[in-house]
Amino acid sequence: MHSSLTRIAAVLVASTMLAGVANAETIRWARSSDALTLDPHSQNQGNTHTLAHHIYETLLGRDNDGNLTPRLATEWALKEGDDTVWVFKLREGVKFHDGADFTAEDVVYSITRAKSEFSNMKQLHAEVESVTAVDDYTVEFQMAGPSLIYPNNLTNTFIMDKTWSEANDLDTVQDFASGATNYSVLNTNGTGPYTLVSREVDVKTVLTANPEWWGDAPAVTDIEYVVIADAQTRISALLSGEIDIVQDVPPQDIERLSSTEGFKVETGPENRVIYFGYKVSEEPLASSNVTDKNPLSDPKVREAFELALDRDAIKQVVMRGQSIPTGVANPPFVAGWTEELDAYPAPDVEKAKALLAEAGYPDGFSITLDTPNNRYVNDEAISTAYVGMLGQIGVDVTLASRPVAEHSPLILNGTTDFYLLGWGVPTFDSAYVFNDLYHTNDETHGTYNPSGYSNAEVDEMIISLGTESDEATRNETVAKIWEQVKADRVLLPVHIQVLAYAMRDGVTLPVQPENQPNMTTVTFE
Amino acid sequence: MSDLPQTTAAPVVVPKTSRWKMFLRSDIVWSYRHSPITIVASIVALLLVLMAIFAPWLAPYNPFNPATLNLMDGFTPPNSTSFAGNYFALGSDSQGRDVLSTIMYGLRVSLFVGLMATLFAMVLGVSLGLVAGYVGGALDAVIMRIADVQLSFPAILIALLIFGIARGIIPPNQQEGAAVWVLIIAIGLANWAQFARTVRGATMVERQKDYVAAARILGVNPFIVLLRHVLPNVTGPVLVIGTIGLALAIIEEATLSFLGVGVPPTQPSLGTLIRIGQQFLFSGEWWILLFPAITLVLLALSVNLLGDWLRDALNPKLR
Repeated sequence: MHSSLTRIAAVLVASTMLAGVANAETIRWARSSDALTLDPHSQNQGNTHTLAHHIYETLLGRDNDGNLTPRLATEWALKEGDDTVWVFKLREGVKFHDGADFTAEDVVYSITRAKSEFSNMKQLHAEVESVTAVDDYTVEFQMAGPSLIYPNNLTNTFIMDKTWSEANDLDTVQDFASGATNYSVLNTNGTGPYTLVSREVDVKTVLTANPEWWGDAPAVTDIEYVVIADAQTRISALLSGEIDIVQDVPPQDIERLSSTEGFKVETGPENRVIYFGYKVSEEPLASSNVTDKNPLSDPKVREAFELALDRDAIKQVVMRGQSIPTGVANPPFVAGWTEELDAYPAPDVEKAKALLAEAGYPDGFSITLDTPNNRYVNDEAISTAYVGMLGQIGVDVTLASRPVAEHSPLILNGTTDFYLLGWGVPTFDSAYVFNDLYHTNDETHGTYNPSGYSNAEVDEMIISLGTESDEATRNETVAKIWEQVKADRVLLPVHIQVLAYAMRDGVTLPVQPENQPNMTTVTFE
Repeated sequence: MSDLPQTTAAPVVVPKTSRWKMFLRSDIVWSYRHSPITIVASIVALLLVLMAIFAPWLAPYNPFNPATLNLMDGFTPPNSTSFAGNYFALGSDSQGRDVLSTIMYGLRVSLFVGLMATLFAMVLGVSLGLVAGYVGGALDAVIMRIADVQLSFPAILIALLIFGIARGIIPPNQQEGAAVWVLIIAIGLANWAQFARTVRGATMVERQKDYVAAARILGVNPFIVLLRHVLPNVTGPVLVIGTIGLALAIIEEATLSFLGVGVPPTQPSLGTLIRIGQQFLFSGEWWILLFPAITLVLLALSVNLLGDWLRDALNPKLR
């Protein structure tokens, strides 16, 4: 069976290669789900940003090692004598797709728009008080205090043309949650390497190279971005030559694809940690048979939960080796990560049982685990495996599996007792993790902290990071916070997810750690 | 339709014959004996049902008890022993569950949901059909137009819609416990129209007959007339639709579970197993998909064949 399939595949590849010679510059690229909108500031979401980066550009970019790189801004520095002001020098001679010149006014307009009511990007610019155009190619950002890491927050905030936006009534960002729409949801005018040719939402988007782009002309001149939800159909499309690059490859198919002649798979760690969270407050759980208190408010129970988790077994069986087990809810790309934090205990069922008995639950207790089933690599399978591991220490877990659209409201509304989630860190700085996952859940912070964890000392340290001017002090505070939250067992990290892109031979798309690959980086052989 | 086979057998005058012997000589048994396909189908169906009922005693493992699973048993090929030293006749799946045991337990879920959903659809559809056929007029028009509208959509779409609504109503932490009942109601509500339509037609025919008129003249409560006199005469077609409906309900449950909206993944039905298994087709772990799929085909096919046979046997006009 194996050899005949290989042969069929080889024939198919040969035929696509022949066909490919004539238009070697077109890339057909498949993913599991589409960009949610084309309004650049409406959704802070990976798939949406990935497509937008082809059409629009940001002030700063990031290379595959995680370093900041110049994009629409060529130089950036704190203002001499005033560490509350960032000065950006802009690239000259850049034109929008409609021919308008790119100037400082466009930056002022775009940042103001990204800070406005319905923008999903506004938390990244919370410390910006005002933006002023000093001249056509210099912009100053007045910050609330010294903000060392602010440039890191600019890598997903896209610059729009002020004149075009005003002419099309785009001052208000699309209110995505309420189903509102505006002109920029289906129409674009960026400075990026590609222009939009056509778009069929959830089906296909066609882009073509922008001849006026300031960068070196990319090897890929035309892009067909196709959405194929089912993993097996996606892989079949690649094998049959309908598609050149598949972005979301299930780990079980990596080996088969790499051993199939004519195809290859590029893998690399993603800047994203997968973890379990639970309620740690005293309040009784909604889904447990223990109704007078919360068993998980006892640190011993949380330690038992960690000792029951066999991270290496999950890596070996569920992830087929495609994950990096970790003991800290922080990917290694992020400033503040250390090897000591990353260490995790070996699983120990007997000790876990003893801890549960000590805490007063010799027969365990029951609880519901909420898991997404279409968001992260093998998310439901990871949760199912952990249900079994917890069963071995006597904890009776009901697994509730939902699509991500139904799962995330449970986290945001705090109506979950126990959940699986993944967290990517676009700023490459620990503060982004602390702000949303560890700070007390209030109006401005702790959006993704439904645990009820609230430690005034930790909160104070987290807030101080935003305006700390001394780098050494800041690093020290970051280390202290990590030590504290790890000791408190607020979250139970599982692993760092590994990305896999599959493609036909002759095409190479390197893995981008934020899973936002750009077709300008594709090379042909 | 009103002529049940027993009545055609009646004219043979044999004074003392037990009911059992009469049954053995009936048309139904005769046609069963002379249809080898039906015999095979009934044996297969019976075996599968027995496997499901006695799963806790027959199955080598209990895949629904997560505490007994060892993840390191995962992906063991059929007829071999895992690292941990456990033997798997049909292999193990991605979570280290024995495929054979999981099929047996999964059959329980599939059959339970299928039977309950069909029963629900039958009770609902027969009641509405009887009322519509007997009362007639505006009530009949309303009930049958609803049935027509519903029949113009695929049953699976309606089940998905009902499932979605139920999910929206039930609070998140009770959804898993209610999942099986939601499935039953969703599939049941998607299938009642077939029953209603057939029963209504049969009832309208019966209503014209003298025995119904006689009962009415005697002043019998219309409810009793329906239940005691009309209902027994329309059971033939109901039985046929019920059997074929069971096969459909099993397939619909499998489809819903395949789409990921069915029972929780820790208690997989056959459809859930097929959904899990299809992820491993390219990577070569064929047994996770193949065995549950074969079982589902055997179950649906045998029940369907029994339904077909019953339709022929109960309908003298086809002979």
